[in-house]
Amino acid sequence: MRFFKYLIFFIYIFNFNNILLAKDPSALINEIVDEAASTLSSEDPVESKIIKLNAIAEKSVDIKGIGMYTLGKYRKTLNDEQKLKYQKLFRSYFLKSFSSRLVDYTNPKINVISQKKINDKYTIVNSVLEATSKRPQVNIDWRIYTKNPERPLIRDLIVEGLSLARTQKEEFNSIIQNNDGDINALFKTLEEFLIK
Amino acid sequence: MNKVLSVITIVVFSFISSNAFSGDDGKIEINGKKNGKIEVKDCFEKVNRGIFSFNQVLDKAIFKPLAKGYRIFPQPIRSGTSNALTNLSNTVTIPNNILQGQFKNAGINSARFIINTTLGIGGIFDVASYYGLKKRDKEDYGQTLGVWGAGPGCYLVLPILGPSTVRDSIGSIVNMTGGDAWYNVTVVNQTQYFSEADYYASRLLTGIDFRAKNLESFESLENSSVDLYASVRSLYLQDRYRKVRNIDKTTETLSDDDWEELDSQ
Repeated sequence: MRFFKYLIFFIYIFNFNNILLAKDPSALINEIVDEAASTLSSEDPVESKIIKLNAIAEKSVDIKGIGMYTLGKYRKTLNDEQKLKYQKLFRSYFLKSFSSRLVDYTNPKINVISQKKINDKYTIVNSVLEATSKRPQVNIDWRIYTKNPERPLIRDLIVEGLSLARTQKEEFNSIIQNNDGDINALFKTLEEFLIK
Repeated sequence: MNKVLSVITIVVFSFISSNAFSGDDGKIEINGKKNGKIEVKDCFEKVNRGIFSFNQVLDKAIFKPLAKGYRIFPQPIRSGTSNALTNLSNTVTIPNNILQGQFKNAGINSARFIINTTLGIGGIFDVASYYGLKKRDKEDYGQTLGVWGAGPGCYLVLPILGPSTVRDSIGSIVNMTGGDAWYNVTVVNQTQYFSEADYYASRLLTGIDFRAKNLESFESLENSSVDLYASVRSLYLQDRYRKVRNIDKTTETLSDDDWEELDSQ
């Protein structure tokens, strides 16, 4: 009987800790949006802003997961060496692309509106990028990977209903397909992009 | 000759007014939880890529500079122009609301059209929204064909017009064969109030307005893409998939297949 008491107590404490440690996906988005906004509106030189933006991306985005997703059906054709090379190239590509897209914005205002848990692994956070005099309001949805509730990670950005991860996947798959399924063609393209 | 020029002009401005971007391996899969899997084939990829490059040159030489110039106008002028053009698009949206069985939306759009055209001075002011009649999504004949069950067919890139599919191209032809009331009263039957020039001016402005709103996003896409053609194709097909199914919620467009497979590896 005493054993059961301890067991229940243990389970309770364990779950309670999990709840305490779990990070709300909306909180993650609010946190990174605030960090990015503060970086972008600072007087720092562009190079410094890029370093800070990349640090934000590395801690909150599942770069490795997105990289493997974007390979689509070719993911299974890679050997370990190619996998390592791809992951390295993709990481650099992602960060360069990410920071260069953002660095032109001075102070983007993103408001988190709601969130919807799809299943234990994914939650969609809905947000809005406020309109400016140059462009209309933009709806941005964030696909958050919540398998590890303590460390939710962004896996996709859905801008006005258009998935950037899927677009990236179809772009990479097109390059491989048009080169007779040769993954090296994608490596070469990414290398060229990085030295641009 | 005049007619040929007219058609070219329509095509030019339909391209930039198409508020959609443009899928891989000559077969692009657009997944839908509710509707299974749809494959769109890029049957003429080499030709499509050639036309895409041509369109890019035209965009840089003509449309982008025009859009940049348009940005110089004050915001209220651009908003008014945008409102008036959206109001005009109801001449295509309303019949398509009816053809798709969206009778409530057809009623709301009709009321919006009447109120904004009169009280809103030709649609410049969105008075209808003030009365609680909020703006609905635009509909076209390509979407209607999709709702009726027609598949998209091959992916196409049309000269100047840009990304399309066989189904969407047929939908565009319907506009010019009696399906667009605004086209009918200006080009087909010139009245004492409107002439062909009004139609082409409205198409031109729609194109410039759209391009001006998307200057940064186009530039960002160009700078970060390693295969711009494939990116545009993917974005266009995703966008049309959503529009045909009138999907508002992101969760309805997501397919977890690839992610699930990734997680299990």
